[in-house]
Amino acid sequence: MPALAIEVKNLVKRYPNAVAVDGISFTIPRGVVTALLGGNGAGKTTTLSILLGLLLPSSGSVRVLGEDMLRHRYRVLPRLNFSSPFVDLPHRLTVRQNLLIYARLYGLRDRKERIAALAADLQIGAILDRPAGRLSAGQKTRVALAKALLNDPELLLLDELTASLDPDTGDWVRSYLEAWQARTGATILMASHNMAEVERMCSDVLMMKAGKIVDRGSPQALIDRFGRANLEEVFLHIVRKREPELEAM
Amino acid sequence: MTTAAATGSGGSLGRIGAMLLRYLYLLRSSWPRALELMYWPTLQMVIWGFMSQFLYVNSNYVFRAFGVLLAAVMLWDVLFRGQLGLSISFLEEMWARHLGHLFVTPLRPFEWVAALLSMGLVRVVIGVVPAALLAIVLYHYSIFSLGLPLIAFFVVLLAMGWALGLAICGMILRHGMGAESLAWLAVFTLSPVSAVYYPVTILPHWLQYVAWALPSTYVFEGMRAVLFQHLFRGDYLATAALLDLILLALGSSVFFLALRGARRRGALLQMGE
Repeated sequence: MPALAIEVKNLVKRYPNAVAVDGISFTIPRGVVTALLGGNGAGKTTTLSILLGLLLPSSGSVRVLGEDMLRHRYRVLPRLNFSSPFVDLPHRLTVRQNLLIYARLYGLRDRKERIAALAADLQIGAILDRPAGRLSAGQKTRVALAKALLNDPELLLLDELTASLDPDTGDWVRSYLEAWQARTGATILMASHNMAEVERMCSDVLMMKAGKIVDRGSPQALIDRFGRANLEEVFLHIVRKREPELEAM
Repeated sequence: MTTAAATGSGGSLGRIGAMLLRYLYLLRSSWPRALELMYWPTLQMVIWGFMSQFLYVNSNYVFRAFGVLLAAVMLWDVLFRGQLGLSISFLEEMWARHLGHLFVTPLRPFEWVAALLSMGLVRVVIGVVPAALLAIVLYHYSIFSLGLPLIAFFVVLLAMGWALGLAICGMILRHGMGAESLAWLAVFTLSPVSAVYYPVTILPHWLQYVAWALPSTYVFEGMRAVLFQHLFRGDYLATAALLDLILLALGSSVFFLALRGARRRGALLQMGE
């Protein structure tokens, strides 16, 4: 089994009027929780979309779980999953119907048992027969997480998972994910704007700006390197600094 | 390491079945939508049934075969509902902004297409069969009296509807929801030249070339041959089937190229209302 969950080389995504990702290279080992940080338009979602196979890069190579994502993504897709509050599950279907359909798409054998187990874990048993469009933000996040964990992914990609949650629900979701990751040894790559969340959950941080990776390290290493009190200050420093100044650091 | 929850089993058929189940759940979740599937074909049939009764005593054309207009209106609905049924199922994903989730699962595009085609068929059956049965009750006319040729007509028109539906879905993928109205309007541009209610010879000479390039024209001319002359035109069927294959190849190409274009532009995550 390859030691790397993700291996990206010279990745470029160019649009007619902009370069969204500008020649980035990085690797992510298996079993770690990594954050992808950056301001709006830094290229985080573009990078995640390419890793998921939703977006074709202009050039470069992407290997996910040992497979070339551009050539063999159907070998990889059953082994990964994704969650984002910005991509909804169909509103008119109930939670149970949505999960059943995804369980079938992933080819799960014991679908009902798997859904029941996740419903108990994520405390969504009472809303299984409610239409997905009639859920609160917290319920939606837990349901989205249930969908994302249906296939026990080896790699989980999260885009701003806790973005619209109150502190209590956000904390619950983070604790659940930490426990799940510790239990399964899965790899998590998360884009987030919540620095406290990143400091708490991630052992590694990739900092993006204007389509490039401008720094990398553990949250504490970045805080020490930039001489700041916390990751939020590091983030603000990097986002507000001009590129030549960053290169000089 | 993770305990991989028995993924990847079930194969293509399992995933096609999953998508079909999704569309059936949607259909079941709203009875007005299910009723609407039957409403228009039935209403059309009722209007053309009365018209046929009137023309039966006032027109030699209908007198020679009472069902000529009724059969035409029901067969036209096979084409229209086949196209619309596929397009609506596709649009459901757009309205739900759901493509971002679907395309990170192992679902292949051709499997999605197979599910969309199947839903086209399901919606045709739900829409047209009740109208056909009601025509027997109201006007003592059974479209099933066309016999085995009816199956051939049905298949040709359904396949043409699928081809148009795929091309329309491709246009929506390419141009966004602004092109949504194509799903309801595009097929009607073919209605005048398909010679649904009148022989193709009525059309201006130059337009007849266009008409004979459409599989639907062969079906409606073939239907009149069966009704008026009790003759099944195998040559019409063969030509229509060939044209269907060409249209299906074109429709699929438009769809798959548009899907690839959407992946290149990053539209799969953003596409929606």
